[in-house]
Amino acid sequence: MRVQLTVNGESRSFDTKGSESLLFALREYLRLTGSKGACEQGECGSCSVVLDGNLVCSCLVMAVDAAGSEVLTVEGLGGSELHPVQKALIETGAVQCGFCTPGFVVAAAELLKETLSPSPEDIREELAGNICRCTGYGAILRGIETLVGEA
Amino acid sequence: MEVIHPTDLDEALAALAAHPEAVLLAGGTDLMVEVNFDQIRPEKVILLRRLAELQDVSRQRIGAGVTFRRLESGDHQALAQLARTIGSPQIRAAGTLGGNIGTASPAGDALPFLAGLDAEIELSSKDGTRRVRWDRFFLGVKQTALRPGELITAVILPTDLPDCQEFAKIGQRSAMVISIASACVFRWRDGRTRVAMGSVGPTPIRARQAEEMMSAESNPGPAALQEFARLVSEEVRPISDHRGTADYRRHASGVLARRLLERCLAK
Ligand SMILES: Cc1cc2nc3c(=O)[nH]c(=O)nc-3n(C[C@H](O)[C@H](O)[C@H](O)COP(=O)(O)OP(=O)(O)OC[C@H]3O[C@@H](n4cnc5c(N)ncnc54)[C@H](O)[C@@H]3O)c2cc1C
Ligand code: FES
Ligand code: FES
Repeated sequence: MRVQLTVNGESRSFDTKGSESLLFALREYLRLTGSKGACEQGECGSCSVVLDGNLVCSCLVMAVDAAGSEVLTVEGLGGSELHPVQKALIETGAVQCGFCTPGFVVAAAELLKETLSPSPEDIREELAGNICRCTGYGAILRGIETLVGEA
Repeated sequence: MEVIHPTDLDEALAALAAHPEAVLLAGGTDLMVEVNFDQIRPEKVILLRRLAELQDVSRQRIGAGVTFRRLESGDHQALAQLARTIGSPQIRAAGTLGGNIGTASPAGDALPFLAGLDAEIELSSKDGTRRVRWDRFFLGVKQTALRPGELITAVILPTDLPDCQEFAKIGQRSAMVISIASACVFRWRDGRTRVAMGSVGPTPIRARQAEEMMSAESNPGPAALQEFARLVSEEVRPISDHRGTADYRRHASGVLARRLLERCLAK
C-alpha cells in the first residue's frame, strides 16, 4: 500500500508490505535512521517522533496509520543547524553510546515547547519514557536543565 | 494486509459489518506490541485514530478515542489521576480509553474507575447502539462482551457523581509501571462509599462489604478505617506473578483503599 505523508516538512511516500511500524518505514524506506529501534514495545523512547503534534513512540504507530499525517523526526528538528537541545547535550557531555540520544532530543525539545519553565522534577517526569542504557541520566538532565527559562 | 481508513463512524461501522474479523486499531500501544513481536498478523485493519465521533468529551460521556493525554486534564479527578500514571508521555499521547477497555487487561488502569462509578460501555454496530454495564462487559482476563461487528464508541458515567474521587496504584517504581494493585475510592457527602480495585482479579473488583460498612459511617475513626482496610483485603482475589505475590497484593489493596478514603475524609 502506498503511504503519503509529510516528514520534516517535506512530502514523502513509500510502499508498505503490511503492518510494519512507522519507525521501520522511516528507517528502511525513507532512510531516516536518526530514530532508533531498541525495544519495539514502547518502553525505551529511542524511536520518539512527533506525529500530528503529539510525541509518540514510532515503533507503536502502524506505518499505514501515518498516511496524511505530519511527522517530525530528529533530523528535522533544528533545520540546518543543531537544535538547542542537541547543543546543550554536547555541552554537558550527555552522549555516551548515543543510542538513546535522538529520542531524548525529540522528547526534550517537545517538552520545552509545551512547558515554559519545567522544574527538574517535571523534566524527570516528562522524560520517564526515555531510557538510557548507558545510564547517563545525570549529564542528560543537566543539559536539558540549562535550557530552562531560555526562550 | 488490507487497510480500511474510514472517514466517519458510519463508514467504520459499515466496514466492520462487512469484515467482522478486521482488527481495530486506535492508539496502537497495545496492538502494535503484539504486531511487532509477531503475536498477531492482522489481515484487515480498520483505523480508528482519526474518527472525530470518538473524540467527544462531556461530563457524562467520554469518547472511546480520547487519549490519556487529554484525560490528564479532565473534569473527573480520579480519571485524571489515573491518566497521569499511564506509561509515559509518549504512551499517553497515543493510548486511548477505548483501547484500554478493548484490551481488558486485569491491569488496565481505567477499569477500576469504570467499575467504581458503575459506568456503562457504549457499543455501536451498523444495526444500532447498546449500553452494557461494566460488570456485564468485562468477563475475564482480556475477555469482553464486545460482539463481532461492534466497536466501543464511548463510556457513559452516571449523573450522580461522587463528591470525592481518588485513584492510586502501586508499581515497582514511580513511572512507567504496570499496576501491581490499583484502587479507586468514591465518597459522597451523605457517606455513600464505593471501592473498586484493579490488578487483583481477572476483572475489576468492587469491595462491596467494605462499601456497605463504610457507607454507614458518617465520621469514621481509626477502628472503622482498620475494618474497612481488612474487608477490602478480604474481598480481592489476587494471584501471584512476576510483579508481586498474592499476599502482597491482598495487603496492599487494603492499605491503598484506606489511604484513598482518608484523603476523601480529610477534605
Ligand atoms: C510502555 C507501555 C506502558 C503502558 N502503561 C500502561 C499503564 O500504566 N496502564 C495501563 O492501563 N495500560 C498501559 N499500557 C497499555 C496501553 O497503553 C493501554 O491499554 C491503552 O489504553 C491502549 O489504548 P490504544 O488506543 O493504544 O489501543 P490499541 O493498541 O489501538 O488497541 C488495544 C485493543 O483494543 C481494541 N480497540 C481499540 N479501540 C477500540 C474500540 N473503539 N472499540 C473496540 N475495540 C477497540 C483493539 O482492537 C485492540 O485489541 C502501556 C503500554 C505500553 C506500550
Ligand atoms: S523502540 Fe520504540 S520505545 Fe523502544
Ligand atoms: S548514551 Fe548509550 S543509551 Fe544513552
